[in-house]
Amino acid sequence: MKNRRYCLAFLILAALLLMLLAVNVCIGSVGIPFAEVLRILTGHGSDATYKDIVMQIRLPRALAAAILGGALALSGYLLQTFFHNPIAGPYILGISSGAKLVVALVMVFALGQAAVVSSGMMIIAAFIGSMISMGFVILMSRYMDQMSRLIVSGVMIGYICSAITEFVVTFAEDADIVNLHSWSQGSFSGISWNNVAVMAVVTFLAFAAVFLMSKPIMAYQMGESYARNMGLNIPLFRVLLVLLSSILSACVTAFAGPVSFVGIAVPHLVKSLFKSSKPLLLIPACFLGGASFCLFCDLLARTLFAPTELSISTVTAVFGAPVVIYIMIRRRKERA
Amino acid sequence: MKDSYYFRTEGLTVGYNGLPLIRDIEISMKRGEILTLIGPNGAGKTTILKNIIRQLEPIGGTVFLDGRKLPELSGHELSTQMSVVLTERVKPELMSCEDVVATGRYPYTGRFGVLSEEDHRIVRESMELVHISELKERDFSETSDGQKQRVMLARALCQQPDILVLDEPTSFLDIRYKLEFLSIIQEMSRQHGLSVIMSLHELDLAGRISDKLACIRGDKVDRFGTPEEIFTEGYIQELYQMTVGSYDERTGNLELTPVKGEPEVFVIAGNGRGTDVYRSLQRRGIPFATGILWENDLDFPTAHALADELISVPAFREISAEELGRAKELMDRCGHVICTFEKGAYLPEGLQELVSYAERKGYENT
Repeated sequence: MKNRRYCLAFLILAALLLMLLAVNVCIGSVGIPFAEVLRILTGHGSDATYKDIVMQIRLPRALAAAILGGALALSGYLLQTFFHNPIAGPYILGISSGAKLVVALVMVFALGQAAVVSSGMMIIAAFIGSMISMGFVILMSRYMDQMSRLIVSGVMIGYICSAITEFVVTFAEDADIVNLHSWSQGSFSGISWNNVAVMAVVTFLAFAAVFLMSKPIMAYQMGESYARNMGLNIPLFRVLLVLLSSILSACVTAFAGPVSFVGIAVPHLVKSLFKSSKPLLLIPACFLGGASFCLFCDLLARTLFAPTELSISTVTAVFGAPVVIYIMIRRRKERA
Repeated sequence: MKDSYYFRTEGLTVGYNGLPLIRDIEISMKRGEILTLIGPNGAGKTTILKNIIRQLEPIGGTVFLDGRKLPELSGHELSTQMSVVLTERVKPELMSCEDVVATGRYPYTGRFGVLSEEDHRIVRESMELVHISELKERDFSETSDGQKQRVMLARALCQQPDILVLDEPTSFLDIRYKLEFLSIIQEMSRQHGLSVIMSLHELDLAGRISDKLACIRGDKVDRFGTPEEIFTEGYIQELYQMTVGSYDERTGNLELTPVKGEPEVFVIAGNGRGTDVYRSLQRRGIPFATGILWENDLDFPTAHALADELISVPAFREISAEELGRAKELMDRCGHVICTFEKGAYLPEGLQELVSYAERKGYENT
């Protein structure tokens, strides 16, 4: 009976993802007939402009939203496991902001040198930034016994990093700064096929590694003492968790800037859908769910006030923040 | 010689941050025995257990398990030999009790932790053994503390250990489940040769179930041995530094502090009839005297703990005239008498005399 629920849940998530991918490719500021989109996708498109819009703009953007959304949700799931805290996530703990800061520094520096920053370089810069923030958060988690305090300190780190980023961006002299500005607010626009290829490789490797760790994650959910008794190498496991969640969130930040709340909201929604916390189910489910969530939010960001585009974080926050509030209220009740 | 012990510590020194808390612990047990740590709160029982389960690094000395040094065992080897029930609260989300129990199969499952038919059978059996089969589908977080504790025991059992380490396993259990819990452990040790190390607060139960007891006091294991060796008169009071109340090692009888003062009531008791009266007088704050009791009488431990004056006779000896005289004198001083025997009940000679004396003097039966 349980297995049927799991199958059904996976079917729903997969169907949702496919549907949203299709909708994202079909809808945009330029109206392209559905039949034409189909023809373009099958390689029979006749109109060069339409073809460019679908193949060079919409499709890579939709794929990026899906891949990065999945990566974000997974990163959030890992952080929640790490901190035993349901409202941990890369954005709220300031990890995305740390990544953003280092990427901004690298970009501004590169622009000054008139050099081009490759996708790989961006990911590495973002990864370094993530690790620095993560280091701070872990350090502080030793002194913060309550989950809400840890979150507040994470938010503060985020503010500090964002402030420095704004400062750097404001004083950098270049026309490209406009791009940098929209990126630092979070956006899936301007993604190339090359970007998609890089993020796909990084994300899927990280995903595979996380999936292989689903058994130790289950043990870790029982608390460290019991996990250790089950034969889990705790220090190694913790290092791997931190590395993988940082790689995933770094990948997102490098291409789309900081995206809020996906990392918290999606794992929570997925858990409610499955009524289970088995990592073996939740890891793939979080990925699918995150992909759908970001596709949906990006669709709204693009179309709601077209041709003006909203930053992606604005939309994800509208849907994600209430989930966080809900979790906190429910936790409070459970404790009482 | 040494290898006849399944579990043994050698000069084990434990503590935190390099500061020794308890030094030179030398305890040992054979396979299938039950070893219990007792001692006051904060004595370091949990700290010792954490060293035994490798949660903490010993500051000095070694723990031997089946003749091998504990640090030499790999995490996996240890997990197939030793399982634990800790005081640490686990808060797994959205896990049924069955899921929690099944985590005990962790060392035996494959890469992704998928349970085989065999695993499912062992999980089911463990749950039956602990009588929690009906909790199978229940969300773990919605169960009571007592149920959680039993789920954690089932989890530990389905890990199929040779040695089970439990930290205050009975703390959240009511009396029925305390006995049930310890019975299961006793049965496992007797029938399956499971060795058990635990800490317990209930001294009486510790004395009944344990093959070996280790008393932690100050910075050392004060005494280590069989319950008979440990529970000598006055030792528990000393170990726990009890300043109020009393504990009787032989019977496990626990009493509050006696009311001090000139006795106001004389209780004629025996054969267990006096105990409730003594306690009721203690509750009301009335000092009393009692007698004449044989030292093997059921009333004796409570009388000994609570009476301001007690007239007693060694077991199997007749009441002498001297004791009778002292009892009468005491009764005269009190002026009030409670006789716990019905009128005309058959009594031994001395007691009969005492009851008649009270009637002759017309002391009211309060």
